[in-house]
This record gives sequence, C-alpha cells and structure tokens, in this order.
Amino acid sequence: MSDETATDLDGWEMVIGLEVHVELATATKLFCSCPNTFGDEPNTNVCPTCLGLPGSLPVLNEQAVAFAMTLGRALHCTVEPSVFARKNYFYPDMPKDYQVSQYDLPTNVDGHMDLPGGVHIGIERAHIEEDTGKSTHVGGGGRIHDAAHSLVDYNRAGVPLVEVVSRPDMRTSDDARAYAAELRQILLATGVSDARMEEGSMRVDANVSVRRTGDTALGTRCEVKNLNSLRSLGRAIEHEARRQVDLVEAGASIRQETRHWNEDTGRTSTLRTKEEAEDYRYFPEPDLVPLEPDAAWVAEIDAALPALPADRRAALAAAAAVTDADAALLVQRGQDGLAIEAIAAGADPPRVLARVENDLAADQTLEAAALVELIGMETAGELTATQAKQVLADMAESGRSAAEIAAERGFEAMASGDLEAAVDQAIADNTDEWGRFCAGDDKERGKLTGFFVGQVMRATQGQADGKAVTALLRQRAG
Amino acid sequence: MNARDVAAAVRAGERSAVAELDERLATIDERDGEIHAFNHVMVDEARAAAAAVDRQVADGEDPGPLAGVTVALKDNMCTRGVPTTCSSEILDGWRPPYDATVVQRLAAAGAVIVGKTNLDEFAMGSSTENSAFGPTRNPHDTSRVPGGSSGGSAASVAAGFTSIALGSDTGGSIRQPAALCGVVGMKPTYGAVSRYGLMAFASSLDQIGPFAADVGDAAVLLEVISGHDPLDSTSLPDAPPAVAATLGDGVEGMRVGIVDELVSAEGIAADVLRRVEEAGEALAAAGATVESASVPAAVYGLSAYYLIAPAEASSNLARYDGVRYGLRVDAEDTAAMNTATRTAGFGDEVKRRIMLGTYALSAGYYDAYYGKAQKVRTLIIEDFAAAYERFDVLLSPTAPGTAFELGAKTADPLTMYLNDVCTIPSNLAGQPALSVPFGPGDDGLPVGVQVLGPARSEPALFRAAAVIEEAAP
Repeated sequence: MSDETATDLDGWEMVIGLEVHVELATATKLFCSCPNTFGDEPNTNVCPTCLGLPGSLPVLNEQAVAFAMTLGRALHCTVEPSVFARKNYFYPDMPKDYQVSQYDLPTNVDGHMDLPGGVHIGIERAHIEEDTGKSTHVGGGGRIHDAAHSLVDYNRAGVPLVEVVSRPDMRTSDDARAYAAELRQILLATGVSDARMEEGSMRVDANVSVRRTGDTALGTRCEVKNLNSLRSLGRAIEHEARRQVDLVEAGASIRQETRHWNEDTGRTSTLRTKEEAEDYRYFPEPDLVPLEPDAAWVAEIDAALPALPADRRAALAAAAAVTDADAALLVQRGQDGLAIEAIAAGADPPRVLARVENDLAADQTLEAAALVELIGMETAGELTATQAKQVLADMAESGRSAAEIAAERGFEAMASGDLEAAVDQAIADNTDEWGRFCAGDDKERGKLTGFFVGQVMRATQGQADGKAVTALLRQRAG
Repeated sequence: MNARDVAAAVRAGERSAVAELDERLATIDERDGEIHAFNHVMVDEARAAAAAVDRQVADGEDPGPLAGVTVALKDNMCTRGVPTTCSSEILDGWRPPYDATVVQRLAAAGAVIVGKTNLDEFAMGSSTENSAFGPTRNPHDTSRVPGGSSGGSAASVAAGFTSIALGSDTGGSIRQPAALCGVVGMKPTYGAVSRYGLMAFASSLDQIGPFAADVGDAAVLLEVISGHDPLDSTSLPDAPPAVAATLGDGVEGMRVGIVDELVSAEGIAADVLRRVEEAGEALAAAGATVESASVPAAVYGLSAYYLIAPAEASSNLARYDGVRYGLRVDAEDTAAMNTATRTAGFGDEVKRRIMLGTYALSAGYYDAYYGKAQKVRTLIIEDFAAAYERFDVLLSPTAPGTAFELGAKTADPLTMYLNDVCTIPSNLAGQPALSVPFGPGDDGLPVGVQVLGPARSEPALFRAAAVIEEAAP
C-alpha cells in the first residue's frame, strides 16, 4: 500500500501506462568511446561524435545492444531485427538536433512483467536510443522561460538508454509503483543499469487516463513528466486522475497533453499540448546499418540471464507458505536464496522466514548451514525465540556458529522441572495477581499472562520459553 | 608530369617534394586569383608535409605511393586545425579538432595536402556558383563554370594546381565537374571509402572519390583512400579490389551496354551523344561487345534523388544552429537565435533543399514522398541488377553538355538539376561510376563519358576507362 491515501474515484477507473528511460551501465557511450560516467566535470567526456561535430559518424556499442537485449529478454520480449531512426527536433542539449532512436522497428517487442501479487503488465517495446545533454538554466527561477542564460553539459549526450514502454495495463497508482519498483529490481538483478531515479538513470513518465468503471474504451490520456521517485510517481498519478475526473464530471473534456509534476505544490501543469507537439520527421538513420542479432546471440543472452525477481518469488512461495509481500521483501533484499536453501536442508519454514525477514538486516547474510543449525536448536527447544534472535544477530556480526554463541551466553535449554519450579515461584511471589488470573476472563488472563511470563523470564535470565510458561500457567489455574 | 611519375621521382630521390610543391604554389599564385579553385591554401602545412617527405626519403624510408604528390581537398572534408567551411557562412571561424579518415590516409601515403577547394555550399549544386565565397571558374574557359559541386577540386587538377584532388559525389558532384573540366573523376562503390570526417549532405548517397589528370593516377589515389574504416558503420568490411595492377589488361570480351534511357534523356547535346557512341566504338575495336542496354527506372532517378537527398540534408544540417560552433546571430531566445543564425548563415539553394526535405519527411507526406522515393530507389537497383546480368559495364554521357556560362542556369533550379540526370542513378544504387575525358565537344570544351558498373566493379571500370582514354580524340 502506498504512503499516500488513494484517491476515491467513485465510479471511475484509472488507466495507466508507463514509459521508463533507463541508462545502461556500459563503460562507454552508445556511439563513441567516451566514458559513460555520472557526475564528472562538465564537457570532459566528449568527442566529435557525441558533440555531433560536422563529419562525425556513430558506431554502435555492442555492449549496449547486449544490455538492451538482456533487459528485453528479462521482460519476456521477443528480440527482433531493428532499424535506428532519427527523431528530428531542435534543442540546445541535443548536439545533432536529432536523436538517434528506434522507431517502427525496435529491438525488443511484446513482453510482459508479473508484479508481486500476480498483476500482469504487458510490455509493448523496449528500444535503444541515445541520451541528450543536460541544460542548466541560470538566473530567474531555474526554468528555461525566465533564465538569463543556459549552460549545457554534453557528458550525458550519447549515453545509451533503453526506453521500456508498458501497455496501459495498470489500474491503480500502487500498480504503477509496483511496476517501477519491479523494473528496478530486474535492472539491478541483471546489472543492466544502476537504476537510480534521483540521479536520473531511471526516469519514469506516466500516461494517465480515466474512464467510468465498466467502460472498455480508453479515455484521452495525459503524459506526466518529472517524476523523480516512486513517491512522486504515486502522488502524481493520484493527482492527475483526480484532475481528469473532476474535469469530466464538470462537463469539460480532457485535452491530450504533456504535463509537468511539481513535487512542491503536488500538482501537474501543462507543459505542451498535442497541437504544440513537434513533428519529429522520423526516417531511418543512414549512418547506421540495420541491427540484426542472430539466434546464437539471443541464446547467449538467455543463458546468461540471472534468476529474475518474479521467478525467485515463485521459488520461495513453492518452498514455504509465504505472503506476496514477504516474498517480495526477501527477494528485494537478496535473502530468498538463503531461506530456500535452509528450508531445503530441513529447517522449519515458518521459523526460517521469521528469522531471515525480521532478524537479519537488509544487507546481512550468512551461510545456509549456519542458519539451519540455529533453526534446528530453536525447533528442538534448545533456544527460546528470544535467544534465537540474539544468537542470530551475533552470528551475522561475528560469523561464529550458533552452538558456540549459545554456549558462551549460557543459553541452554531449561529442564522442564526447573521451568515448573520457576513458574511456581512466580505464582507464590505474586498471590494477588495469581488470584485475579484464576478468576479473570480471557482479557484479564491475557494481560496477566504477560506479567507472569515477564516474571519468569527475569528469574531465568531469558532462558525460559514463553510458550511453555503460558501453558504451565493455564495448567496451574485449572 | 603525372602523379605516378612525381611519386616515383620523389621516392627515388630524383625530385624533391618541396620543389614539386613550390612549382604548384607558383602556379596557384599565378592563376587562382582568376579561377578561385581554393577557399584556403595551406601553405605552411603543405611546406611542412613536403619537407617531411623529403626527410623520409633522405633517411631511406619510403613515404608511400603518393610521395610528394600534391593533392587538393574539397572543403567539406575535416582537416585538424584548418578552416573547413563547406563554402558556407554558417561555419564561419570553425576549425575541426580532427582529421577525416581520407586525410589521414593521404598523409600516410606521402601526399602533400595543398589546400581546401571551393564547392557549392554543402555540396548542393552543379556549377560551384552556390558558394558563399564566390564561384570557381573553368580553367578551359574562365567565362564558364567548372561544374559542381566539387568544382574547385576539378579545376585544381585541370589548372595544374595539384596533381590530384578529392571530391565528394552525392548525385554526380565528382563526375560532372570532371567532365566539364576535362579530367578523370570517379565515384567509388558506396562504402568503399570512409565518410568519417566528410561533412554530410545526404549520408546514404555521399561518397568521396578521386580526381586526376589521367586514369592511372585516379586508380592509385582510389587505392590509397579505399578500405574499411571502423569509424564508419557503412564502410564495407572486405578489402577493396586492386585497380591499378589490372588497369592495362584491356577489354577483350567485356560486355558493354550503352544505356538507352540516359542517351535519350531530355536535353543531352548531340555532340555529347556522338562522343558516347565513339567511345563505344573504341571499346568494340579493343575487343569488347557493345550493345544497347535498358535501365528503365533510371529516368526516375532525378525525382527520387530530389526527395531523398534533401530529406537527409534537412536532418544533417540541423546541427548548424549557432549553439556550439560556427556562426551565431544573437536573438531573444534560443529558438529565435537558431532561426536568425540559419537565416543569415545558409544560402538560397541550401535553404531550398532544407525546406524540400523537411516537407518530404513531414507527418502525412512521408509515404507519398520519401517513402515513394525509396521505392523508386529499389526499382533502380533492380533494373541495374537486371542489366548487369547481360553486361559487365554500362556507358552513358556524364553531363548533358559541355561547360556552360556562369549565370546561365542560376535563375532556374530545375534546369540546373537536370545536369545530374545521368549521374544520379549510380548514387541511388550505391554503385561505382567514373567520368573519363573523351575529346572536345563542338565548342572545343571537354566532354566526359561515363562508365558505370555494379558494386565493387572498379577494376572493370578502370580497364574500360583506360581504353577510352587511349582512344580519345
């Protein structure tokens, strides 16, 4: 669930498609050998080609193609022969005043993504293109309209991008956030991108429309830009859908346009209307030859694909009764493998899931065998839950074995006679409470159970098993 | 002295490259004020290069096959630190930070680059009158044009300013001025010569090629500049065929077709047609079979070209926007600055073609214009393929007539465009073609005959051209 309250669109449904630009983690740019790095001194990673100097020509980066295909295959796309095209428009941060992209024949087509929870999102295409430079508007409000002058850094010009275009299959802002989060997981798992939304290496635009619940036709859509975090994405979609519903309910119609999300005001505003949209005059890029990866290359890409988040969640679900949210969390933290391995080695699944999810930090891990040993001790009653947590924390820190830590700390299972003696002592020391316990209803007993367990724990320095104490209290009360 | 003889003498230590250069510079001093072949003579750079060649020879090293040979470059090829203008105001003050691949290859072969030659602005024209720096004149008759767009390079060779020169050919821009100036000019197979560093006019058609006083020099120059370049994705990966070694092998058994549609095209002068027939007879006399050939779609080449080339140009020339280099005319905001810069910096013909191309690519028109033109292009390739099943090479006029007077065709762009009717089909097909001088026309001015062939048929073209050259009246 999002941290924003979902807008109540009574009688209406959102239809959302996302276009995500991803910077590929190649060593060099898409069409030249300049370094592809973020944050360097402006205009230092440039050459005639990425500056678009007269006479320069592009040469396609093979690693960028491999990354694009990897992402495509991870999204279950078909890799097709493709043709680069020129998208023509004038903008100072675009050195050639055209962008080399793929148009009618993209590299990856017809894929899908399965979100945690089972929502199925179609992927229309994932195509390769070059990034533009970055303009900084100096003076005024920092926007181009009132700037005194503009500075352009071409370090980013020619950085390889893949644009992943989803089908309009999302129906809530939570779907959209989950889609973007899942895409990020896939990018990180495959190593295709560092996928940092704040640094702009993953940039999400949302196409949003609304329609009356039950309608099947699509409404007029607006594209919302400037979404720099998952939170912005969710907020912007909620706001934009509300705006559209209000307009239509007031008898107005939606104008197809591109809108700018303002994080501070929490509103979208018109960037340009459809009428103002450029005619990009696409045509095949004559400086490049068609890109036709053969079956062997695609097979090589497939063979090198790591296990993907959706498959890993499914594997975890097959190994243990796990909620969608828990599975997603463990996979995101990269601790699913540990859990599956421990369960496969015979450790008690609920205890494994509980310990890994609750008691290991996101970046902590340990050998599956060590975890199996710990869970075994806990299951056998040699360690209480409380003790197991403490031992696990120590194991993750020190790398020592559960047995060694338990022995050092004196965490040994209490003989049942000792436990009974401790419970009886607690009853004897607290006769008032015991009276109320025996006479009380369930609620009262619940409260007092906590009290007595606490007393026994204190007396046994935490060695008592809380569940066993509770059972003994019930038994004594009759 | 042809380029081969110069190189041989320099390599043998019998002639100094500096002396060769000085003679050429003297000729330039004497005549280029009138002819205006050069936008920029690289006196200092050329002297340094010539001296380096002489030092190599003195040190017992071989400077290469073009040792001490003077060469002129069309001013649309990038030369590091040397102004490269495309004969346009828009590149005012720009000096490339890198050398074109052909420039590197020439230097590596021992050639001495003498200067940058005039052209129709951005290679758009057939007379070298569309230059921001004024027209080039034909050395054979200075009241006439040298042809274009590589008019400066053609004139440089014809006037003896340099032994050889490079031009670029998008629709005939090497072959037509070669014909009008009485020199050999050749457009190689598309991809044979790297375009890296050639300022693009129409990328899918542009190809750099040689100018020379004779067929043998053109062959040597072609071999020097050809070969795969990893910096040009459209560069052919395989090694180019040798041409110089088989130049004298003759045409015995060669199947030659005279292209019907090109000899009967509108506006071809009678004296030019007669020369084409005579060239055919010369080939027949040398043992070739000569027949009439048909390439039906060739006549549509001109129309297709004037959609495809401007379309690509409209995109290629977008970068001249005043933001990064060259001319900038300041204005209110960026868009207004772009407009003011381009309005001031481009000449009329360039603007005309940018508008044509922008229109042809526009939403709603693409299929009818650019899309249709590409289909015609495919048709021309198919028709050539059919013809080359029957023939090894084809023959046609290069240009419809001999050199025309300055100003004769500037008022009517369409008349000017017709100059390229015979040369354009080879560009659309990506195939090689050359123009070889074959006697004077009725007015005493040079006539060129064009030899065409399929991709990578350069050896056959040169063998035919050598026979035609030998038989020239």
